Amino acid sequence: MDQIPILKIGDCLLVSIQVDMHDRLAMALQDDLTNKIVSTRARGVMIDISALEIVDSFIGRMLNNIAAMSRVLDAVTVVVGMQPAVAITLVELGLALTGVKTALNVDKGLALIRRLIDGEEDSRDRREG
Amino acid sequence: MQKASIVIARLIDKYHAELLRTWLDRLTRESGDQADAAQRKDQATKFLAALKQGVAAAQFDDIRSSEWASTREVLEEVSRARALRGATPAETATFVFSLKEPLFDLLRREAGKDAEKLANETWTASLLLDKLGLYTVEAFQKSREDVIRRQQEEMLELSTPVVQLWAGILALPLIGTLDSARTQVVMENLLQHIVTSGAEIAIIDITGVPTVDTLVAQHLLKTISAARLMGADCIISGIRPQIAQTMVHLGVELDVVSKATMADALALALRRIGKTVVDRAKPERATG
Repeated sequence: MDQIPILKIGDCLLVSIQVDMHDRLAMALQDDLTNKIVSTRARGVMIDISALEIVDSFIGRMLNNIAAMSRVLDAVTVVVGMQPAVAITLVELGLALTGVKTALNVDKGLALIRRLIDGEEDSRDRREG
Repeated sequence: MQKASIVIARLIDKYHAELLRTWLDRLTRESGDQADAAQRKDQATKFLAALKQGVAAAQFDDIRSSEWASTREVLEEVSRARALRGATPAETATFVFSLKEPLFDLLRREAGKDAEKLANETWTASLLLDKLGLYTVEAFQKSREDVIRRQQEEMLELSTPVVQLWAGILALPLIGTLDSARTQVVMENLLQHIVTSGAEIAIIDITGVPTVDTLVAQHLLKTISAARLMGADCIISGIRPQIAQTMVHLGVELDVVSKATMADALALALRRIGKTVVDRAKPERATG
């Protein structure tokens, strides 16, 4: 069975989806990712979907789920590299992915994760200090 | 039927010049302008030739049959020319209907004292010309619709520019009503520009949108959501006072940052990407 690789960059995890997603693969990814977040104590998760040409409500929900799971484990999720056609389709499907942060490409995604993590730490420091 | 059609064909053949002249006289009198006499004569000649061919055919009273193809072609051409010139449907239909009088004159002369034959042939010719006239109006209508459709497409293309205001800041000045077809074009255009320019902020200016109702607001929100999925934040600007009032009365909520003017929106966008606009304390001597 295919497996989607999860790469660790600093305290971030990079997931690049290059193949067609189906139910089993999505479940396996959620499993792997949550395990990896815990084991590496990652603070950010970046999902690159630039190779996805077709999305459906299932993938939309999967992205939402992953974001929610990561949030529970104290990691921010950023979806990067969405194609224009995919964005339009998701909006037409009524899936605006409001719970997910987005960025244009991996570069900007990393910068956004950095900002989010630093921002959180700042506010936490202020609250505690 | 068959017999009458042959009579008409023979008449057109025999009195071609006379028929053409009286018909053109009538046409000129009714349209009232002399300018395109040459074109009118050309069209009339072509039509008579095609008509002759048509009435000689077997399926005489069915103008949709293949024998009438050349007649239909001539009529379509006439209608198209008139539609482009901005003529009214009545003017266009007159082209065919004004042939009635000269043709009936000829028929009367031909039939002589035979009242029954005259009535029969007049009826047949009248029926035929009515059909052809209606076909002309139909063709006219179709040409007009083509013109309208083309203009709509051109408007669609013209009215959705995406402007780069700064590195990373795009502006989308919307002019005209937002329907779903336009929203689609606007959305695709904006997303494409976000990809190519790598912009993080898009300012949607709705100064030129005449009304914002719930549907327009929904379309705006769709565009904003799609842009957000591509990693770009949207700012709405140019909400006129009346529109702000209407939106509140309708209960329309745009859940995004909105600014009254494009200038305010640009200031905010610059601040977000970490740029500041400063006054120069002392006007230095410009170098260029």
